[in-house]
Amino acid sequence: MSEVRELTFVEALNEALMQEMERDPSVIVMGEDVGVYGGIFGVTKGLLEKFGPNRVIDTPISEAGFIGAGVGAAAVGLRPVVELMFVDFFGVCMDQIYNQAAKMRYMFGGKIKIPLTIRTTIGGGVSAAAQHSQVLYSIFMHVPGLKVVVPSTPYDAKGLLISAIRDDNPKMFFEHKLLYGIKGPVPKEPYTIPFGVADVKAEGSDVTVVAVAYMVHEALKAADELRKEGISVEVIDPRTLVPFDKETIFKSVKKTGRLVIVDEDYDRAGFASWVAALVADECFGYLDAPIKRVTTPNVPIPFSPPLEREVLPNAKKIIKAIKEVVKKG
Amino acid sequence: MLTHDKMINMYYTMCLIRAFEDRVHELFAQGKIPGFVHLYAGEEAVAVGVIANLKRGDFITSTHRGHGHCIAMGVDVRGMMAELFGRRTGTCKGKGGSMHIADFEKGMLGANGIVGAGGPLAIGAALALKYKGTDNVVVCFAGDGAQNQGAVLESLNLAAVWKLPVIFVVEDNQYAISLRSLTPSALQPRVSTAKSVAERAIGFGIPSITVDGQDVLAVYEAAKAAVERARRGEGPSLLDCKTYRYYGHFEGDPMVYRSREEIEEWRKRDPILIFKDKLMRMGVATEELLNQIRTKAVSEVEEAVKFAEESPFPEPSEAYTDVFTDPYY
Repeated sequence: MSEVRELTFVEALNEALMQEMERDPSVIVMGEDVGVYGGIFGVTKGLLEKFGPNRVIDTPISEAGFIGAGVGAAAVGLRPVVELMFVDFFGVCMDQIYNQAAKMRYMFGGKIKIPLTIRTTIGGGVSAAAQHSQVLYSIFMHVPGLKVVVPSTPYDAKGLLISAIRDDNPKMFFEHKLLYGIKGPVPKEPYTIPFGVADVKAEGSDVTVVAVAYMVHEALKAADELRKEGISVEVIDPRTLVPFDKETIFKSVKKTGRLVIVDEDYDRAGFASWVAALVADECFGYLDAPIKRVTTPNVPIPFSPPLEREVLPNAKKIIKAIKEVVKKG
Repeated sequence: MLTHDKMINMYYTMCLIRAFEDRVHELFAQGKIPGFVHLYAGEEAVAVGVIANLKRGDFITSTHRGHGHCIAMGVDVRGMMAELFGRRTGTCKGKGGSMHIADFEKGMLGANGIVGAGGPLAIGAALALKYKGTDNVVVCFAGDGAQNQGAVLESLNLAAVWKLPVIFVVEDNQYAISLRSLTPSALQPRVSTAKSVAERAIGFGIPSITVDGQDVLAVYEAAKAAVERARRGEGPSLLDCKTYRYYGHFEGDPMVYRSREEIEEWRKRDPILIFKDKLMRMGVATEELLNQIRTKAVSEVEEAVKFAEESPFPEPSEAYTDVFTDPYY
């Protein structure tokens, strides 16, 4: 049995990178301030000292250049892990992600592979304002050819990052800023978590709540509160949005008859709407109440704390939504 | 020194590109080829002169005008023609079409529908080759129009600071769709205040040279120096090749931006005729032999057309394969 310690989310990610770089010399890390600085949130700390500047490359602020270089390096046999400091910056390098990395295998008739991992930070709640607070994973889900990974715990973070590095396709790996400091049990030995397998974070019988990233924790807080009131909440974390474990969600909705989807992304045409559509298609006859979405309204993320609190989903809003669907039917 | 055999091979490749493009021009007009097609006729000396310096393990990135690069890299013209016809026997199983032909086995990392997008891919491939410790190089072909794209400028900078084995080959065919590359018309603004792309490269610390892109031996010699420099680990170079496209930007282009007389003037300096004349004067081959070679190229293209026309279309179910290395979801 592998030793299990309490690690933070950051430490779990760092350990995954360390272990994969030790295992496979084709794994390299590049991005802004990933070397000497150790990554602005500390995820790549110590990698430069251990693996040297040929494998841990501090890049200029030049995302189109170095994200694209990650695609090119992956095309000819490396397994790059490239850091996009904030997902909000995707606008300056999106062509390399969605027209190049995502489509090359398909356009070229399936003869090649692009084993590229793009790590990026997401999420609000720290007054980082409109250009440093978005989650935007829905945009990447929309594009065929990208796998979308969104861990919510240190255990999932390590296992999913190791799976991502070993996977032969382009992946977007999303790390929520508010998760970096949370602690949880993490085995010391390397391990993988398969993509497309949701995790039931809390079992319940009255309502199904689907949540991702930091919102898993807000949903769990809501579930704890509601337990005191006799409402039993099942919290499901899909962990990867592409591929997506529909079956676990359908099974849960067939049991509870109610669904609330918690999604920090903008409401319009987002992840939550898509899950609602899937469940409406497959589980219509099982639903005892309309599907509810708890999302961020379609405004840029404001700076001032009371304004930001107003727009972001949280446990209180989740509780309100759950009570509405439980009342019905 | 180029051997006689090698020069004859280069001549054959130039004839093969011309025959391919002239035939595609006809087939497109007959409605036999769907989609968007950009022809390379007139620019043969650039692709052939540069690629004659490459060896196994070297790579190129290409552009929307990529047929010439593919043929010079040795991609099978039967597969290419079938790809243009959308057949399952195509280089990319009919999934890519004219703008997305790739053959990694041959070192061809792909044509590209996005102007300038090959730059980051090229430096990434070069980074991987350098990391692996080979003396292989990457050639990044891009047009004059691409030189004002951010991705290309970022690639020049990264190639210089990382001292990568890349040769940037600018195919200045005088027009970025309708805008002139150097001397603006009365009605159109300039595209750059630099005297030339070669001049601008100096600002990145990249040695550059302007080359007569109609003279395959001049291109060969300039590329030879750049490739040798890259193989020695001395970093990138840029060749600014002055050339001309005989057909429109795309097939169907009404070409309102240039005169028939201008095209006729350039055709007097046709790269195949220039090379033919040199080969005869150098005593490498007789006119009779060179005419035979040209006829052989035409018949190879005819075989390719026959192969394409007789090939089946892909099954509709093939639309769902090759998105990922694992099954579709």
